[in-house]
Amino acid sequence: MAQLIEFSNKGLYVPPADIYIDPWKPVNKAIITHAHADHSRYGMNHYLAHEDSANVMRLRLGDIHLSTLKYGESFVQNGVKFSLHPAGHIPGSAQVRVAYKGEVWVAGGDYNTEPDVRICAPFEYVPCHTFITESTFALPVFKWQKPETVFTAIKNHHAQNKAAGKITFLFAYSLGKAQRIMAGLSGETDVFHTHGAVHNVNEALRKQGLDLPPDIRITRDTKPADLSGKIVIAPPSAAGSTWIKRFKPRSTAFVSGWMRLRGTRRRRNVDNGFILSDHADWDGLNKAVQATGAERLFVTHGYTGVYAQYWRDRGLDAREVVTDYTGDEGSESENEEKA
Amino acid sequence: MKHFTRLFTQLDATTKTNERIEALRIYFDSASPSDKIWTIALFSGNRPKKPVNSKQLRQWAAELAQLPLWLFEETYHVVGDLAETMSLIVPENTAKNDVSLSTVMCELVELRSKSDDEKRHYVTKRWSEFNSNERFVFNKLLTGGFRMGVSRKLTVKGLSLHTGIDENTLSHRLMGNPDPLTTTFEKLILSPDDDENLSRPYPFYLAYPLEEEIGLLGKPADWSAEYKWDGIRGQMIARGGRIYLWSRGEELVTDRYPEFEGLENLLPEGVVIDGEILAFAAGKPLDFAKLQKRIGRKKAGKKLLKEVPVVLMCYDILEYEGRDLRSEPFAVRRKLLEKIVTDCDSSQLLLSPVIPFEAWSELKPLRENARTLKTEGLMIKHQNGVYKTGRKRGEWWKWKADPYTADAVMIYAQRGHGRRANLYSDYTFAVWKGDDLVPFAKAYSGLTDKEMKQVDRFVKQNTLEKFGPVRSVNPEMVFEIAFEGIVESNRHKSGIAVRFPRIKRIRHDKEPKEADTLERLKNLIRVKA
Ligand SMILES: [Zn+2]
Ligand SMILES: [Zn+2]
Repeated sequence: MAQLIEFSNKGLYVPPADIYIDPWKPVNKAIITHAHADHSRYGMNHYLAHEDSANVMRLRLGDIHLSTLKYGESFVQNGVKFSLHPAGHIPGSAQVRVAYKGEVWVAGGDYNTEPDVRICAPFEYVPCHTFITESTFALPVFKWQKPETVFTAIKNHHAQNKAAGKITFLFAYSLGKAQRIMAGLSGETDVFHTHGAVHNVNEALRKQGLDLPPDIRITRDTKPADLSGKIVIAPPSAAGSTWIKRFKPRSTAFVSGWMRLRGTRRRRNVDNGFILSDHADWDGLNKAVQATGAERLFVTHGYTGVYAQYWRDRGLDAREVVTDYTGDEGSESENEEKA
Repeated sequence: MKHFTRLFTQLDATTKTNERIEALRIYFDSASPSDKIWTIALFSGNRPKKPVNSKQLRQWAAELAQLPLWLFEETYHVVGDLAETMSLIVPENTAKNDVSLSTVMCELVELRSKSDDEKRHYVTKRWSEFNSNERFVFNKLLTGGFRMGVSRKLTVKGLSLHTGIDENTLSHRLMGNPDPLTTTFEKLILSPDDDENLSRPYPFYLAYPLEEEIGLLGKPADWSAEYKWDGIRGQMIARGGRIYLWSRGEELVTDRYPEFEGLENLLPEGVVIDGEILAFAAGKPLDFAKLQKRIGRKKAGKKLLKEVPVVLMCYDILEYEGRDLRSEPFAVRRKLLEKIVTDCDSSQLLLSPVIPFEAWSELKPLRENARTLKTEGLMIKHQNGVYKTGRKRGEWWKWKADPYTADAVMIYAQRGHGRRANLYSDYTFAVWKGDDLVPFAKAYSGLTDKEMKQVDRFVKQNTLEKFGPVRSVNPEMVFEIAFEGIVESNRHKSGIAVRFPRIKRIRHDKEPKEADTLERLKNLIRVKA
């Protein structure tokens, strides 16, 4: 029997509706789960995404033909019913529910079961027959602390730096993580200083109504002394770049789920690492899979083989799927994706 | 453990030498003498034998975390560190407790002789008491893989600030694997009794690789040249009517080399000689691969002793008549060494010949030719140089012969460990045998992080098959592989074994077809012989 969602070489494909989800090659119609670069790519004739993704997608993809939906809102195409549901990953991130002739599939995209609700809507557990799950952190060593605990640690770190007259650089992906940090640390400083990449995303999100603490973009005219004792948020690519060189003295820290591993922490070559992720941890993934009630599971980007095996052992029809979402096997590459 | 774990966390968080030394000082200032001596021992690589085997540990950790063993193993492979995997995977701590490092170490010493049930009970109890950082340190102590990048030099600097004793004196006091079960901080560091330390070696002076043009060293007359012997570093001590032989790893290896028995009667009392333990027969060095058979063996059998006899190729003297000579100029020490080795007249003690030269240009062909003499290149030492501690620039240079190289095709890739978990960073390379590619070397070092990411991407996009952490890939990428030695080997499919293979560069300009043949590599062995 043909699958309701096929894994084609262009992306996730729904044949009866002729619609793709997060395609990586140009197609006619694409539903985009979220605005991260590896899920939201150039070259589609028509895009459809959650309304909160619209500004950032336009910022990154330019003048695209884009329609939007709210969470829970649905539309029908050739008898296939589509709707978007909160994925908790970043602002506007969605799971795509696809229903056809009584069969329900959910493509989870990237998701986080414990998001910061100041930034994005809480994760919704959507019942389905078949669930397509990510597996970025699908190993039992990945267990997140409570965000408050992490933010307390970052605040202490900042207080120490401030006392020593150092600039606190926090490296975080510019879409999602950066805003989460600002929300988590609001009140810690009157104004954040941001790298242009972060600042542009902030502006795009503010325009669509996200309430973020104020930030000032760092420019050529910014003097190192202006930043003394302040918090700067910059994308990971800024670490070790010439951009950062003139800002001294500084203390650098990387904020990511990967910081859970000593190896990746050392690899980053920063002074500190804080473990905070926009992806579900091991327990979060398991809870999501269970709560969907799905009998069949497809596992995409991350530890696909291991995670599919884990669920096969526990009686699900679970398979690993090869996609083109970067960071296959969860490599902590430079992309915006894996935070 | 909280105190020691805090030290560990601080050392782990910074790569700045001064901050690390300061962390050590602060730790030593407030630690108990028994914790101090254990810390010194651990940082010197001296730790009790593993009390529990790692298979048991993995099982207990998996059971405690309620996970199947295969999942534990897969996870371990990604994390790359067993102690870390266990500390992250077992449930968060329930009990609160603090015990000192020395208490834990004594428990671990005793644990070895306990029953499996007792071991399991003890380990899981401690796991449940510690937080994840303490658990990590505890696991490192359990699995024996304790390194944390604290060198002897760093320990000595921290201790020196703490005690006010100068670094050289401390380095010497720390030599020779102090055992916390038989000595104390007071006895070892503060007021050592020299008679008790007859076997104690001096810290080795290690040469720096010469990378600049040799002419820049200055006047040839100020320098002395020798071959760089391809064995293992050794220090022979004749004191109290006995002989002690130390390896560079500060292991006492006297019993492994019965060849040196009887030298206590030939060498004068109170002599320490620095040299190379070398496989040597019929007036010539043997391949390092031969010596390797002896290195791991606690007791060599008759056959092996005959097949691989060893000598000490002597090149320096550090003590004479019980007097420390290290601050004498090299030329003076060398004269004395020549006299002693000659007087001794033993076929087990050879004098590393000085190579006479008047111009630097005379040395160049000798270096290029060094491999045919089964040496690694040349050593260049300053005539006035004192014998320093550790690896220091300026007066001892090693001028290695260029490595062998071969162009080879990557055929397998494996995920790395530790720092490289998540990246395909360990590769297997092959050369042509007719139309087949035969694997001949594995290498993981030599690439920049950027290149490694590039190769990682290639591997993921060119996978033919996966088996566990290994992938076979399209044989398309060519690499230049450098290696130090090559010998015949019937344990390898290719029939050859290479030493210290590493990646020299990626050959984007080469097609797989242009890679080297096995025939050419086998020829290298013939040329060498
Ligand atoms: Zn993704
Ligand atoms: Zn994402």
